[in-house]
Amino acid sequence: MSLIHEIDYGTPRSTSETMVTLTIDGETLTVPEGTSVMRAAMEMGTEIPKLCATDMVDAYGSCRLCLVEIEGRAGTPASCTTPVMPGMVVKTQTERLKRLRKGVMELYISDHPLDCLTCAANGDCELQDMAGAVGLRDVRYGHEGQNHPNPGLDESNPYFTYDPSKCIVCSRCVRACEEVQGTFALTIAGRGFDSVVSPGMEESFLGSECVSCGACVQACPTATLTEKSVISIGQPEHSVVTTCAYCGVGCTFKAEMRGNELVRMVPWKDGKANRGHSCVKGRFAWGYASHKERILNPMIRASISEPWREVTWEEAIAHTASEFKRIQAKYGRLAVGGITSSRCTNEETFLVQKLIRGGFGNNNVDTCARVCHSPTGYGLSQTYGTSAGTQDFDSVEHSDVILLIGANPTDAHPVFGSRMKKRLREGAKLIVVDPRRIDLVRTPHVEAAHHLPLRPGTNVAVLTAMAHVVVTEGLADEAFVRERCDWDEFQDWATFVADPRHSPEAIEAVTGVPAAELRAAARLYATGGNGAIYYGLGVTEHSQGSTTVMAIANLAMATGNIGRPGVGVNPLRGQNNVQGSCDMGSFPHEFSGYRHVSGDETRALFEALWGVPLDSEPGLRIPNMLDAAVDGQFKGLYVQGEDILQSDPDTRHVAAGLAAMECVVVQDLFLNETANYAHVFLPGSTFLEKDGTFTNAERRIQRVRKVMPSRSGKADWEITIDLANALGFPMNYAHPSEIMDEIAQLTPTFTGVSYAKLEAEGSVQWPCNEKAPHGTPVMHVDGFVRGKGRFMVTEYVATDERTGPRFPLLLTTGRILSQYNVGAQTRRTENVVWHEEDRLEMHPHDAEQRGIHDGQWVKLASRSGETSLRALITERLAPGVVYTTFHHPGTQANVVTTDYSDWATNCPEYKVTAVQVSASNGPTAWQKDYDEQARHSRRIAPHVEAAE
Amino acid sequence: MSSEGSATSEKLVYMANQIGKFFASQGADQAPAAIAEHLRKFWDPRMRAGILAHLESGGADLDPLVRQAVESLRATTAAR
Ligand code: SF4
Ligand code: SF4
Ligand code: SF4
Ligand code: FES
Repeated sequence: MSLIHEIDYGTPRSTSETMVTLTIDGETLTVPEGTSVMRAAMEMGTEIPKLCATDMVDAYGSCRLCLVEIEGRAGTPASCTTPVMPGMVVKTQTERLKRLRKGVMELYISDHPLDCLTCAANGDCELQDMAGAVGLRDVRYGHEGQNHPNPGLDESNPYFTYDPSKCIVCSRCVRACEEVQGTFALTIAGRGFDSVVSPGMEESFLGSECVSCGACVQACPTATLTEKSVISIGQPEHSVVTTCAYCGVGCTFKAEMRGNELVRMVPWKDGKANRGHSCVKGRFAWGYASHKERILNPMIRASISEPWREVTWEEAIAHTASEFKRIQAKYGRLAVGGITSSRCTNEETFLVQKLIRGGFGNNNVDTCARVCHSPTGYGLSQTYGTSAGTQDFDSVEHSDVILLIGANPTDAHPVFGSRMKKRLREGAKLIVVDPRRIDLVRTPHVEAAHHLPLRPGTNVAVLTAMAHVVVTEGLADEAFVRERCDWDEFQDWATFVADPRHSPEAIEAVTGVPAAELRAAARLYATGGNGAIYYGLGVTEHSQGSTTVMAIANLAMATGNIGRPGVGVNPLRGQNNVQGSCDMGSFPHEFSGYRHVSGDETRALFEALWGVPLDSEPGLRIPNMLDAAVDGQFKGLYVQGEDILQSDPDTRHVAAGLAAMECVVVQDLFLNETANYAHVFLPGSTFLEKDGTFTNAERRIQRVRKVMPSRSGKADWEITIDLANALGFPMNYAHPSEIMDEIAQLTPTFTGVSYAKLEAEGSVQWPCNEKAPHGTPVMHVDGFVRGKGRFMVTEYVATDERTGPRFPLLLTTGRILSQYNVGAQTRRTENVVWHEEDRLEMHPHDAEQRGIHDGQWVKLASRSGETSLRALITERLAPGVVYTTFHHPGTQANVVTTDYSDWATNCPEYKVTAVQVSASNGPTAWQKDYDEQARHSRRIAPHVEAAE
Repeated sequence: MSSEGSATSEKLVYMANQIGKFFASQGADQAPAAIAEHLRKFWDPRMRAGILAHLESGGADLDPLVRQAVESLRATTAAR
């Protein structure tokens, strides 16, 4: 293994289909129109010296190092800013060019401190490289670099430093921040020799708008912007390509290593999801892997009031197996179940559901997608016939109108958010449907054409009203519908939506969305060119979550926005492998590939390979498991990499369910909140310590590669195998690739997937089979998976969670950029500097009425419970709506959420809870008790050496 | 629903009626079959047994279309 050096072509790739032929240094070559001379030369293997150009950003032409000679042209043009022309004859190396380049380098070096030997970038510095490339041997102007302005080292960002004394003012960082990230946090302040890079209005990086994505650090050719980990460890010596384990964007990175130590994660330019970009989480927040709170030994205890006892793997596995056998013997086959993880790999998830179906002999398996995107699965399979988004991320580059519903990509899916912003800066129009004024409504160089700030819980009313406008104003794409959809069902649907009671004017009082604005938005989506819908948990986490997904699917079909690049229906998946965990058969009613357990043929296929009879009845979903536990009918649970106590609604009910069980097994990295109720703890591995695959929100299957040994001794898939074997259900796999082979054998949409294929192609999007051997970037191109697209009637039914005199405000929940989900990982990194605690956002008007000021402790109460946190007064929300995140266990936002849920899937209604807010003077008694109980439950007994 | 609520028939009835409200728009002809199909596909046997037991004891609070659906579920369950 060696360090992967990606070629820097100097300028971005041209997408033109017109080709141009030219001659460089006597060689003839053909490249797309719009390619720079620099890039063309690099494509034939000739590297023209450069400093201010890099292929992630547009050329700027400031350093004058990349000069070339072109026949018939005077002077020496910069090759980075000169596009190729037919018949052009270029020379990249002549005596004149050599002289000029040396002169340029001489000036740069004279203004640069020459502490190369002790510089963190030594060995990875383009200034050094270029001095070598132009043959610089002598500097006539002295080289102390004293003239260089030096406003001082900025170490405020936890992950990188800014040392202006080394800056060559190439502005690559400024352009990366603008063009790649879209934050516009950096400027060049001052002029000429005095110019320096400056975050914001000469603030520190931490105090500025910077979101710590790392794009500028990556773009910087010198040590000016450098990762602190490189400064402390040194330059990496080998690297491995792997996939981020945080969100559903699925960015690929080069894990750059020194031995077994991770030095840095650098986004991989060939990554098809991220195209070389990253966010603060994947790029920097991996320190949790070596956090001191990680549990590295298996532990068991007889009751949750006892301290944990460290045991060997053998003892832990044998104990767990005997407990599950005991429980099934005493309470019946159906009294146990398990939960798969959307953070684990496809292979691990597949094994857990296999263990439950084959080893436990029931279908009591569910996954955390239950609480996020289960309505997506149901809604899209009803309408289109498949449970996944329709596009790849590249598709956004072809969109003209983006309809964003209940999603906040710049916080929750940052790299995709940046790609979306880029398209919006190019002129695409944006419609935001969200109770909160998310950043995208107005951010540098992006402004939404329409923001529909609906009351939480009224998504169906708003979308049906948009459909009303489309149908009654004659904006439907009749030709598309006639060809691709069931025409009778369309007509029934059109009659339904055309009813005046669905008009924007009629529903305005319910939704709070001005009718004129809604009409304008609907017209824009229907007629503005390629219309793409992106949505998030603001759609699914409602009692009408599934209905909303169907309403979205209807709208896209009615306007013909399906089946080509630039359009489609795109759920933005929360966790890294939530798509994969659903695909792998984690739901209690379906096998991998979304096939119902009652299907005799499918079952026979699995039974033949697994050698056991399988249950034909659907099993329990997570909330049903907890209900059954409270009822005394469900006694044993195997939880892989999930923290249901913190992430699931109505914490007290979850706690009651867990407390009623006799054996709760938690397999995780840390003693999470659920582990407070566990009897067995099996220490898992991070994504850095195992092989496997993740499937991102665009159905893209990507490799996760082991870069260091497992610290606990076992990868998660190995633990499941041990457990299955101890239960008498043999599993034999030497490597996750063998598990993938079994998945491919059993799953029609995966038949073409193998590690060899992933190695060869980098990644593939399912379906990948005989019909689509290279995968499927865009779905439903020639027809819907189910045949004809199916319009579903979507009647708005108000949630039963209503405001009233006791609970007059509506609480909605969400997440922020720097923290991830329940925060178990990100809270154990330096990311806490951006988000130390969850805050309750409220409108000044609501705050004033209650005498609450910014930063004050408030009590948040609902029918379910109450908690305390500090207030953040903001006009992002409409009066009457409050908002918080759920990243910190101390806050326990889910103590207040209720057990209302989606009618079809029981996905909880996180986004609507009637609450009251009042001033308070600190944490509630419940929070203090909880904290005490958690502390008590996490005790680990001191290790006693067994006497011989 | 209280937060201490368990899978009592009260909760099952609530969930069944919620399902009924979606399928009601498919009309009185088709809705009961669609509701019954949904219960068969997504409810585990224990929950289905619970709602059938509730029907046996009078089926209080079941919306009319849902009641019909649960009755048809009883018929097919008995027939098996
Ligand atoms: S880290 Fe990202 S947001 Fe911050 S200045 Fe650099 S490019 Fe801009
Ligand atoms: S900080 Fe780095 S990228 Fe930015 S102008 Fe200076 S040398 Fe160039
Ligand atoms: S956008 Fe998501 S996948 Fe990409 S680096 Fe950030 S957290 Fe990881
Ligand atoms: S690389 Fe072309 S001018 Fe700097």
